[in-house]
Amino acid sequence: MTIIDEQKTLKPTKKERKEKFRNLSNIEIKRLYTLEDIKDLNYTMDLGEPGKFPFTRGVYPNMYRGRLWTMRQFAGFGNAKQTNNRYKFLLEHGTTGLSVAFSLHTIYGIEADDERALGEIGKEGVSIDTLKDMETLFDGIDLSKISTSMTINGPASILLALYIVTAEKQGHTPDQLRGTIQNDILKEYIAQKSWIFPPEASMRIIVDTIEYCTKYVPQWYTISISGYHIREAGSTAVQELAFTLADGFAYVESAMERGLDVDEFAPRLSFFFNSHNNFFEEVCKYRAARRIWAKHMKNKYGAKNPESMRLRFHTQTAGVSLTAQEPENNIVRVTLQALASVLGGTQSLHTNSFDEALCLPTEKAVKIALRTQQIIAHESGAADTVDPLAGSYYVEWLTNKMEEEAEEYFQKIENLGGVIPAIKANFFQKEIANASYKYQKEIENKGRTIVGVNDIEVREPCSTPLLKIDEKIAEEQIATLRKIKLERDNDKLRRVLGKLKESAHGTENLMPYILDAVRAYASIGEIINTLKEVFGTYQEDSIY
Amino acid sequence: MVVQRKIKVLVCKPGLDGHDRGAKVLARALRDAGMEVIYTGIHQTPDDVVNTVIQEDPDAVLLSMLSGAHNALCPVIMEKLKEHGIDDVLVAVGGIIPDEDKTFLENHGLKGFYGPGTDLNTIVEFVKNNLKR
Repeated sequence: MTIIDEQKTLKPTKKERKEKFRNLSNIEIKRLYTLEDIKDLNYTMDLGEPGKFPFTRGVYPNMYRGRLWTMRQFAGFGNAKQTNNRYKFLLEHGTTGLSVAFSLHTIYGIEADDERALGEIGKEGVSIDTLKDMETLFDGIDLSKISTSMTINGPASILLALYIVTAEKQGHTPDQLRGTIQNDILKEYIAQKSWIFPPEASMRIIVDTIEYCTKYVPQWYTISISGYHIREAGSTAVQELAFTLADGFAYVESAMERGLDVDEFAPRLSFFFNSHNNFFEEVCKYRAARRIWAKHMKNKYGAKNPESMRLRFHTQTAGVSLTAQEPENNIVRVTLQALASVLGGTQSLHTNSFDEALCLPTEKAVKIALRTQQIIAHESGAADTVDPLAGSYYVEWLTNKMEEEAEEYFQKIENLGGVIPAIKANFFQKEIANASYKYQKEIENKGRTIVGVNDIEVREPCSTPLLKIDEKIAEEQIATLRKIKLERDNDKLRRVLGKLKESAHGTENLMPYILDAVRAYASIGEIINTLKEVFGTYQEDSIY
Repeated sequence: MVVQRKIKVLVCKPGLDGHDRGAKVLARALRDAGMEVIYTGIHQTPDDVVNTVIQEDPDAVLLSMLSGAHNALCPVIMEKLKEHGIDDVLVAVGGIIPDEDKTFLENHGLKGFYGPGTDLNTIVEFVKNNLKR
């Protein structure tokens, strides 16, 4: 009898805690994993050396032994001046990349003095209307030295233009700039909801940015293909994996349809994943994502350049996992989630602050979140070797399983006619709504324990100090916008917006026209409204 | 046999906030508890909310707000309802509502204030026990 046979025959002597153990994707987890579970695994074909196809073990040969991941804390609130101060605070404490959170009115391309912006200005992110705000936001920060990620989708091309022009004013050329625009509209229709135009027009604008950056801003990541929001909206880990990669393939196909060479633009696509509570499931999700992307890029899209096959990703710990009850416990949750992303080979990381189920993070909470990353990086030893969990029977089995289940989803999406038809059929939206309801019911039925939430009866009153946004910020933002509108050359503005509209009617790349509009101090709202006249807007079915 | 009328609830997302996971989960829970539920979808202006209330005549309006715009939008909604003579509808707000804002909102006639981690049954019972008609 071999050891494996022996283990299989040894039945556990005691009753187990649960009848079935399932992870957050509802995959049933066995008591024990052995060599038997990965007997078909081929090291070279399925894992490969780190930095080599299919990149399961990591996108670079030496990973964090060379350079640590970028510690990139998402931040933005109030006005540009306040957020500029927060960036300087983060930079002083060792953050290594910036990440801009925009106010909701900016995200929808609505001006600060529009009635729909009432109560929203500066509450969820920094309020930006024109180039003037952008100049303030990056005042004293050398844009040729730092990389900046901007979480912006509908108006992504406008924010990229604003960044380019702000850098120009600092004396830098576009080819020096490093950063990312999220620019992932598909997940907006699927989960995050901040779309503006209908999907087809949005895809054209995105391909315009890809085409423009490939030529003029070659170090820029043109899309951050995001699973984060899909997961936050309630998907499982497998759905996050599958829907995100399906979106990625849809962008590749759109750019190729424009006639772009896959090996020219694909190296500048990046990804953004969530890191939720189930530690091993998250690690395996990242490993599976790398392998799926590499295989499809090579085999289906004919990429030759290994850079096109490397899935690079940013991670943010799961906002939705943070509890309002006993918020200090969130520090521990974030630590585990961050560790999972590091063991999964992330290229950059945002760790959430413990108070974020209650408010935008306070300075103290932000500092603890950043320190969490630094402790993992420098004290835990997790960054000392590449892909340390590889070869674990469980980890390799689960990586395979998640890849298999993602492939099943790709097939379903293809059967529906692709990502955009599947969006219009509410396929993703229904899958996510079902998964989030199931998850919530499990918590209520105590099928899953959330410590401090559904396992205790005594509730202590919350004593966490909260960050408040001063209502005066909105008045100031509106005053700044109105002042700019009086001071700028409004004849010139009308001309550039006219040209933008003309080009939107045609098939030309919109970026040069957007850059001209931005230089003329057009507000984001004015540019969006000009484009809306041509492209229209999108309405979703409100299913639940 | 007495046929009981179903409680009719309007679940709303006012403002620009797109975080609709909670609203959707809650809508389904209320439906599963036997209520008639209308979900407005996102991006509702105060006028949109009030117009839907006039059209649908719900027993309760549940506003889900996570963006911090509650202090600005809720009083406007309450004011507009009053202008239309609507005073027999339970209006509640939940989401991310800091404790210190509750008194202000209560003074405008709002109730609820349930946040992350609330048991769905708690909200179902709240609706049943706080109807005004």
